[in-house]
Amino acid sequence: MPETTVNVSTQNTKRINPQLENFKTMWRKLKTNRVAMAGGILILFFILVSFIGPLLTSLDPNSPDVSSRLQSPSSEHWFGTDNHGRDIFTRIIHGMSITLYIGFSSVAIGMVVGVFIGIMAGYYGKRTDAILMRIMDVFLAFPGILLALGIVAVLGGSINNVIIAIAIFSIPVFARIVRGSTLSVKKLEYIDAVRALGASDARIIFRHILPNILSPIIVQATLRVATAVLTASGLSFLGLGAQPPTPEWGAMLAAGRNYMWEYPHIALFPGLAIVAVVLAFNLFGDGVRDALDPKIKS
Amino acid sequence: MENPKSIIKVEELQTSFYTHKGEIKAVDGVSFDVPSGKTLGIVGESGSGKSITSLSIMRLLEDPGKIKGGKITFNGEDLLAKSESNMRTIRGNRISMIFQEPMTSLNPVFTIGDQIAESYMIHEGLSKKQALRKALGMLELVGIPSPKDRLKAYPHELSGGMRQRAMIAIALACNPELLIADEPTTALDVTIQAQILRLINGLQEELGMSMMLITHDLGVVAETCDYVAVMYAGKIVEYADVDTLFKSPKHPYTVGLLQSLPRHDIDQDELNVIKGMVPRPDDLPEGCRFAPRCPFATRLCEEKLPSLDDIDDKNQVRCWIYNDQWDGPEVNVKDDYRTAQSD
Repeated sequence: MPETTVNVSTQNTKRINPQLENFKTMWRKLKTNRVAMAGGILILFFILVSFIGPLLTSLDPNSPDVSSRLQSPSSEHWFGTDNHGRDIFTRIIHGMSITLYIGFSSVAIGMVVGVFIGIMAGYYGKRTDAILMRIMDVFLAFPGILLALGIVAVLGGSINNVIIAIAIFSIPVFARIVRGSTLSVKKLEYIDAVRALGASDARIIFRHILPNILSPIIVQATLRVATAVLTASGLSFLGLGAQPPTPEWGAMLAAGRNYMWEYPHIALFPGLAIVAVVLAFNLFGDGVRDALDPKIKS
Repeated sequence: MENPKSIIKVEELQTSFYTHKGEIKAVDGVSFDVPSGKTLGIVGESGSGKSITSLSIMRLLEDPGKIKGGKITFNGEDLLAKSESNMRTIRGNRISMIFQEPMTSLNPVFTIGDQIAESYMIHEGLSKKQALRKALGMLELVGIPSPKDRLKAYPHELSGGMRQRAMIAIALACNPELLIADEPTTALDVTIQAQILRLINGLQEELGMSMMLITHDLGVVAETCDYVAVMYAGKIVEYADVDTLFKSPKHPYTVGLLQSLPRHDIDQDELNVIKGMVPRPDDLPEGCRFAPRCPFATRLCEEKLPSLDDIDDKNQVRCWIYNDQWDGPEVNVKDDYRTAQSD
């Protein structure tokens, strides 16, 4: 038996989980990126608003009040009122949860399905890869909004159908990224090593490959929320998403369109809300991407 | 050549890669067996097919590689006839493998303990807690200091030698009958190499396993193996027990390899080399594959491939020189090699 070898360098060091360490490094880099942090704080603020906002406003977002139609912003109605006399500020606060719900759930569905397809294609390769990725290419060939438009047109306009439509056009984006990462991780020796250990494909995929390709998935998910919000508003604006009187921002924007010249505030505030949410997710997503990129050292 | 009961018997194994350039014969009719409890060394240069042979045994070839023919019998069972799920119960359990690169053969995001425990969880269906307890025992067995701490260490916290010990712990976790070590010490520095080899040898005796050691390092072979197969361009050119091979090598390639080792007992200005290059696997010579580099080669060598024949009860050699049909002058390969090469 061998004599004991003492390896000084590894003794008494604190246990560091490299994956956790990655996220810590990411966080350190992200913290120094003020623009991204602003985006992140905004996102937290929006989430907070979507939960407690509706509790803080006493006005009803949906019931019309003919006596106070088309009022400009005032101390009573901060963002003014619309053609039915509803308080726009209240409606925007209530719309926040709808917007975030659509954004998060559509991306979550698209991500789960896309990651699954991408891993299958990357891991099994050959015909599986060819078939799955050609289908993804077909989806990618349509401009996102057009595809979503088509899907909603077939399924009918409702918030849940908008979520399905956006999820579907998010799938190929995730599938592509995940396939690429899977291909590179699959070739690493430790994957051969666990296969030589008798591990099943499922075990290799979910235990050994997935944890190693999380970063690009996280970045993409963050950025995709912005796209999802924008597309959802677009669909509702076209009358294909949320139906009136739901306080969905895109639908509010569409309703305010007719009063654009006399009462621009009706369209302006929902529009600004959309811009703010999309901007926040984009800034934060960009920041996360930079922070996870080992080539960019801060 | 008669061997005691063998744990694994490989007969006429043919493994090819089917590429756009056509079929590439990486392993072309390789036969050997590993006697129970003994160590077989497979020696050869890069691209001689030694690693592909071991991957074929594990049935771990990646596309476009395919086992075209031959038979692999492990403890009386035909491995090539087994289903993939049957193979999985053998891999890591009854046949284990140690890889060359300890730096990249461990998953960076899991602890050493997790990775050793995985063997037990896959093959013995143990809970994580039980598996980790057994993993601790393995770490002690492979001589890792303060094993309790190491259990929770991540691969990047260990040195190369420690990682290779961890790899060995993973491979031996389920007490395999056969261990395939593919260049287990190549990535390590010389002092650590010696420790790892001693460890492997010690554990082999302790656990009574058989071993296949794949290497390009004849020094490693001399230290650890009982039998040696020398491979060249997808074929075994010489097969003998280790003493015979080092004392009286027969094949010109083996002789060339042995003579190219640096020697400490004589003053050498220049190291001996085998002239030329290994033939490209997609462009193999028609006759003996070593003929283009062989100082003794004749027309016969260039035209016809010799077979692997017993030349006495100790050696099997694939060379025309030892055949009745030999058309060249009488040679003693070992003694005449250097003079013939310099001509």
